Amino acid sequence: MQSLSKLALVNAKLYIREPAAFFFTLIFPAMLLLLFGAIFGNEPDPAFHSTRGFIDMETPALMAIVIASSAFMGIPIAIASLREHRVLRRLRATPMHPLAFISADLLVNFSMTLMGAMLLILAGFMAFDLQFHGAWLLLLVAFTASALTAFSVGYLIATLSPTARIAQTLGMVLFFPNMFLSGAAFPREMFPESIKRISDLMPMTYMVNLLQAIWFGQPWSEYRTTFIILVLTAMGGLFLAVRHFRWE
Amino acid sequence: MVGESHICSAWEEAIVNPVITVENLRKTYESITAVDGISFEVYRGEIFGMVGPNGAGKTTTIECIEGLRAADGGTLRVLGQDPVHNGRAVRQRIGIQLQESNLQPRIRVWEAMALFASFYQQSVDWNALLEQMDLQAHRHVFYEKLSGGQKQRLFIALALINDPDIVFLDELTTGLDPQARLNMWEMVEDIRDRGKTVFLTTHYMEEAERLCDRVAILDQGHIVALDSPANLVKQLDAPLRVEFEPVGPVALGPLQALPTATHVEHHGHRVIAWGKGDPFIVDVVQTLTNQHIRFRHLQVAQPSLEDVFLALTGRRMERGQ
Repeated sequence: MQSLSKLALVNAKLYIREPAAFFFTLIFPAMLLLLFGAIFGNEPDPAFHSTRGFIDMETPALMAIVIASSAFMGIPIAIASLREHRVLRRLRATPMHPLAFISADLLVNFSMTLMGAMLLILAGFMAFDLQFHGAWLLLLVAFTASALTAFSVGYLIATLSPTARIAQTLGMVLFFPNMFLSGAAFPREMFPESIKRISDLMPMTYMVNLLQAIWFGQPWSEYRTTFIILVLTAMGGLFLAVRHFRWE
Repeated sequence: MVGESHICSAWEEAIVNPVITVENLRKTYESITAVDGISFEVYRGEIFGMVGPNGAGKTTTIECIEGLRAADGGTLRVLGQDPVHNGRAVRQRIGIQLQESNLQPRIRVWEAMALFASFYQQSVDWNALLEQMDLQAHRHVFYEKLSGGQKQRLFIALALINDPDIVFLDELTTGLDPQARLNMWEMVEDIRDRGKTVFLTTHYMEEAERLCDRVAILDQGHIVALDSPANLVKQLDAPLRVEFEPVGPVALGPLQALPTATHVEHHGHRVIAWGKGDPFIVDVVQTLTNQHIRFRHLQVAQPSLEDVFLALTGRRMERGQ
C-alpha cells in the first residue's frame, strides 16, 4: 500500500512534467469547446430537437475525447516508452508488486482524465448557458466505465507495441477515426446516412451516445444495454490488460 | 580459545551455507544455448566475479539468479530460496544493478530514492547513500540530465537502498571513462568491506583480477575455470610476454628459434614474444642485440587472467566477442 501511494504520487508528478499528455488531456478539450462555441454558438438548433444547442451536445461528447486522448495516445506511448528504455525492467528488479504499478498508473491517468472532463464542463458552464438534465453520479459511473474500457485498449496497444513510435502510430490509427466518426468532434445529427453507418462501427460512438443520454436525463431504458455492456467490457478489458501486461 | 572457535565456526558456516547455489543451470533461447549446465556456489562476504566475452552467458546466468529470467533446467538457491518462485521475497534481500536499464526521464534523483525505498520492508537512510555516491548535490536533478557515471552511481545507490545481503552488478563499468572506473572499483571494495556479498560480471579481465576474490571464467555457456585470480594465473604456468617496437624491419626467425620462446608474432608495429622462465627476457634482448636490431618501448608483462582465458579457450577475449 505504501508503495502504491508513493508510485501514484511520483507518477502524477511525472505526468504533469510531460507537456504533451498534460496539454491534450487537461487543456485541449476545454479549448476545443470554447473554439466550437465561438464558431457555432449555443442557440437551440432544429438539428438537435430544437431545444439544445451545439455546445449542449458537444460537452458530453468531448468528455469521450478526453478519454480517447488518454487511452489511445497518453497511455500506450508512455508505457511502451518505459518498456523500450528498460525502465519497467528496473522496477521489476525490486519487490514492487506488479499490480501496484499498474494500479498507480491507472489511477493517475484516470484522475487526470476526470480532471480534464471537469475543466471542460466548467468551461461550458462559465462561457455558455449549458443545459444539464441528468444525474451527476450516474454520469460519473458511465464516464468511469467508458474510461476503463478505453484505457484497457490503451494498455493492450502498449503490450503489442515494441517501441513508443509504434504505439503512437497504432494509437493515432484508433484515435482519429473514433474522434471524427463517433460524434465526439461533431454531433452525429450532422452526419449523412452513409457516415452514420460507419459511425455505428466505432466503439466510441457508444460512449458518446451513453454520455449524451445521461447528460440530458433520458430514461434508463434507453441506454440500459449500452451501459451494461460498457461496464462488462471495462471489467473484461482490465483483466486482459493486466494479464497481458509486458515488462520487457 | 573461545574467540578462535567462534571465528572457525563462522567460517565453516559460510562454507556450509553458501548464499548462492547454482546446480546444473541451463537456459536456451530458441536454438541458442546461452548457459549449458553450469554449477557453482557463492559464499558470504566475497566478491565473486563472472568473466568472459560478450555472449558467454554471464548476463543470462546473473538474471536467472536474480529471478528475472526462468531457467530451463537446474536448481537455484539464493539465500536459501528459489529466486523465481519466491522472487519478491528474495528481491527484498538482494540489490540489483542491471546491465542496461533506465529510470523515468523526468524523475528527480531524490524521488527515485524515495520511491525505491518504499518498495522494501527495510531501507537505509538514502540521504547518506547519496552522500556516499557523491550525488547529494544532484538530488533535485532529473534522471535524464545525469551523466553516464552519475546514472551508474545512482543505480548503485538504488541497489544498496535495502541494505541487501547480496549485491548484483552486471557490467558495472562498461562505457565509463578510466577515472570513473577506478572510482567504481573502490566503491565495490567498500561494499564488500561492509560485509556484503558481491556478485559481478565483467568482460574486463583486469577488473576481475583487481576486484574479485574468486572468478568463474565463462565461455560459450560453460565454466572453463573457477578459482581466485592468483591461483588461476599460478596454475596456468603461463609464458612471460615480452613486447617491443622494432626500428626498421625485423625477421622473427631468430626469436622463434630460441629454446625459451614459445610463440612470437607481429602485432601492428609491435612484436610480441612469449617464453618460459626469466632467462627468456635476457635471451630476447641478447638475440636482438646480436642481430643488430634496434628497438624501443620494451615491456615485460606477467601472465594475467587474459592469458588464462587465452590458454583455456585458444582465443583472446576481444577476439572471442
